[in-house]
Amino acid sequence: MEMMLLLFVLVLSIFLGFELINKVPSTLHTPLMSGANAISGITLVGAILSSGGDSSSITIVLGTIAVFLASLNVVGGYLVTNRMLRMFKKK
Amino acid sequence: MILEVLQNNTFINLSYILASVLFIFGLKMLSSPDTAQRGNFVSSLGMLLAVVVTLLSKEIVSFQFILIGLIGGGAVGAIAALKIKMTSMPELVALLNGFGGASSLLVASAELFALTTSNLVAMIAIGIATIIGGVTFSGSLIAFGKLSEIMPGKPYLFIGQKILTGFVILLLFLLLVQFCSGIFFAEILFGFDWINEQYALILLIALSLLLGILLAIPIGGADMPVIIALLNSYSGLAACAAGFVIGNNVLIVAGSLVGASGLILTNIMCKAMNRSLLNVLFGGFGATDSSSPSGEGKVQGDVKPINIADSYLILEAASSVLIVPGYGMAVSQAQHSVRELGELLQDNGCEVKYAIHPVAGRMPGHMNVLLAEANVSYDVLVEPQDVNPIMDTIDLCIVIGANDVVNPDAREDESSPIYGMPVIEVDRAKTVFVLKRSMASGFAGIQNSLFFKQNTRMLFGDAKESVSGLVSEFKS
Repeated sequence: MEMMLLLFVLVLSIFLGFELINKVPSTLHTPLMSGANAISGITLVGAILSSGGDSSSITIVLGTIAVFLASLNVVGGYLVTNRMLRMFKKK
Repeated sequence: MILEVLQNNTFINLSYILASVLFIFGLKMLSSPDTAQRGNFVSSLGMLLAVVVTLLSKEIVSFQFILIGLIGGGAVGAIAALKIKMTSMPELVALLNGFGGASSLLVASAELFALTTSNLVAMIAIGIATIIGGVTFSGSLIAFGKLSEIMPGKPYLFIGQKILTGFVILLLFLLLVQFCSGIFFAEILFGFDWINEQYALILLIALSLLLGILLAIPIGGADMPVIIALLNSYSGLAACAAGFVIGNNVLIVAGSLVGASGLILTNIMCKAMNRSLLNVLFGGFGATDSSSPSGEGKVQGDVKPINIADSYLILEAASSVLIVPGYGMAVSQAQHSVRELGELLQDNGCEVKYAIHPVAGRMPGHMNVLLAEANVSYDVLVEPQDVNPIMDTIDLCIVIGANDVVNPDAREDESSPIYGMPVIEVDRAKTVFVLKRSMASGFAGIQNSLFFKQNTRMLFGDAKESVSGLVSEFKS
């Protein structure tokens, strides 16, 4: 049953995603992409749970590398997006 | 007492819902230039919330490794983001996509080792997250290599490439079935009793990395925007699959939002080239077509070069100018000189617009970012469909380092490989300047009949030097 709920969320979010991002002005394609990329770093949540959990050392090692890469993705993604968006101005 | 409330699962899950809402609002706001910066901030708040409540979770018993990863990764990410040059943005985006994919792959692998009981749903999720994560990671590294010119940027094709790719996909599928069912062919057929899920996982990782490489190497040059957008989508889908592995909704929502956004961008890029996604992925455009008859044989008429002094006279007399930038502007870093020229023209009473083709450059929106960096107001940037109907009224088009996106063959020559692609119809303007290094053909290897038109003048040389030359003519 829990699986079905997760699938339900998946399908609805995909439709929501299409609705949200339809008709993006092409001016913003790059920041949209890097901003979305930062969001995909949400896998950090899973990485934290693996890295700090009460489990075997291999899980902790893999989890810690995952935390490193995901935080790089998140911090780098948000900062670079912000840097780009700051430049988009109307005069 | 307060800590107990904070560690409560209901509180954590409510926070995840709030984080998802923040992502949704953030993305929504990213689709308009006025709200985009706030949108990015809202979305980062969602991320912060999700991370903080996860750290509060009771499942976490030690923090030292988490902190090492968070601080180390965050620092490297921050330095990269603040130091990178705007012209190198495509490489950075490719690399970040890859790290997101790798992280999802590692989360799935880590979960396999933490799994106590065999569980079909979890195994399917781990298998899929591993495959998508692996493909994203190696594909992005190849894209990074091509964009940063560590590797040759051209499409790389070899005989039997499609067959090999198909074979790897088939192997991956068979392995996935075995991985999930726990029944291994190698054990049944050859009696390899040492084989188990963990070995299968390593094989799965190796094969998906190989698949990512195979999918990315045949793509190059002007097709890069498509592969970048597609890898962006994959990085979201990988996070989404990782969400199924750990049974967490916030990963599924955020991941599928990104997956959908990447797919939309991919679709826009394909439409702008009048090609299907399959054709982009397997066509190896420009690498195989060099022997085809189109273009090469029929070079029409003479090329008419022009020098800076003569160009200045035409520029000075023009009352409407359309600037069409392409990858060449990024290569020669000419965006600041271009903006200066645009301002001088405006001061001269001329109407200046910039026409940007969706696939100009090496990633979606590449030209827009460069022009924004150079302080060009985004409301003077126009898209091909807005400017083509009024092209006849424009006095002068200045094509700076763009080639295939202004090729008239796309409308005139049915035998051309790019026939049917929506282009910026600069040849219909009264005069066209083409700023170009030499007469070499564009990425697609197609001769451009624009260069031979009656109303075209070629201004040879480095784009930045040519534009700066025009600027100094104006000032003197």
